[in-house]
Amino acid sequence: MIDRRDFCKKALLIAGGMAIPLSALELFDPKRLLAEKNDPAPTRWVFLVDTHKCVGCGFCVKACKIENEIPYDANVTRTWVERYVISRDGKTHIDSPKGARDGFISPKMEQGVEHPVEVRNEDIAKAFFVPKLCNQCDNPPCVQVCPVGATYQTADGVVLVDRSWCIGCGYCIMGCPYGVRFFHPVYHVAEKCNFCYHRITKGMKTACVDACPFGARRIGNLKDPNDPVTRVIMTERVNVLKEEYGTKPQVFYLGLTKEVK
Amino acid sequence: MKSHVWRPLYIVLGVIALVLLARTVLVPKDFGIGERGYMYGWHRKGNEADWKAVQVKYKTMEYCKDCHEDKYNDLRHSPHAAIQCENCHGPALGHPDDPPTLTIDRHRDLCIRCHASLPYKASGRGAIRGINPETHHPEAECVLCHYPHNPKLEAKR
Repeated sequence: MIDRRDFCKKALLIAGGMAIPLSALELFDPKRLLAEKNDPAPTRWVFLVDTHKCVGCGFCVKACKIENEIPYDANVTRTWVERYVISRDGKTHIDSPKGARDGFISPKMEQGVEHPVEVRNEDIAKAFFVPKLCNQCDNPPCVQVCPVGATYQTADGVVLVDRSWCIGCGYCIMGCPYGVRFFHPVYHVAEKCNFCYHRITKGMKTACVDACPFGARRIGNLKDPNDPVTRVIMTERVNVLKEEYGTKPQVFYLGLTKEVK
Repeated sequence: MKSHVWRPLYIVLGVIALVLLARTVLVPKDFGIGERGYMYGWHRKGNEADWKAVQVKYKTMEYCKDCHEDKYNDLRHSPHAAIQCENCHGPALGHPDDPPTLTIDRHRDLCIRCHASLPYKASGRGAIRGINPETHHPEAECVLCHYPHNPKLEAKR
């Protein structure tokens, strides 16, 4: 039979052993050290949106849905365009019918109330369009909440989702402060904009950039100081969305105002 | 110590061994820490290639211009020069092999994406010539009167 002295000794030993975290027992791993060294990658994809140039035609959304095989009539999309109408009495109206897949063809705005709201022309203080897409954050909250390692960031900064590994728990969809993630209606896994990874890695531009007739969307490599997009980001007054969340978003906007959320 | 104390321990050890065995079978070999470190890069490496292998569908105007030189030249010198062929005609994919023909969409919806009048001076939209689609010949296709490849040559068709 165990006596009191032995019991106390063993209990203390076990408690002490349990207090050591598993990570403390991990062996030295040179691969991991290499991984944690600062940025050996020659590329960091970033995006530049000029809201002055966007006219709300929605060709970017149409091209994105077809290029990336998002069911055309399902009410989900990797990128979308929002319309902001700020009236003279200070009210902000925002809408994005079908994510602007068919553009903005009417001054009537669906606001989730009984009748669509129409701000009369003479009451408009300012009105403009803001394209939205995944910010490919440098500190992506969606990646950190994934319990299975199905979503991750590549060396060039793009956040991808492994469709065969995603369990569909939806944490990442809740975790993204920009609301860019959704469930794919066919594969039933998390889905998001990936800067058309199959195009940019072949030297092409994203489908939305190619589709935009007005040059409102541009993609570039932040690691290349001679990239025209990098030059704009470094020398002009650009802004990002929801900076206060600390996500370090990498989609930069020209012409944002405080009404844009 | 009596065996009834040890028996549950053996069961626990057995379960742990089973989980570890299952893990080696189920977890892909290329699963591990990527270039972005443990916090952001914990993934299956092979998935990067999966995403790169997605088929490119939009080929841009460069792909169209050699065979459709006439249309390309019309478009190039028009106010519509910045609009990609595929925006209206759909993605080229493997055209002309697959699909052999592309649909020609003459619907008004394509035009009024930009040309439905919205007086938004803070955006480029305010500077585009626009109409009210509900009153401007709502029954007709725009291309009945306007030549889309060069709208300046009005009613060329």
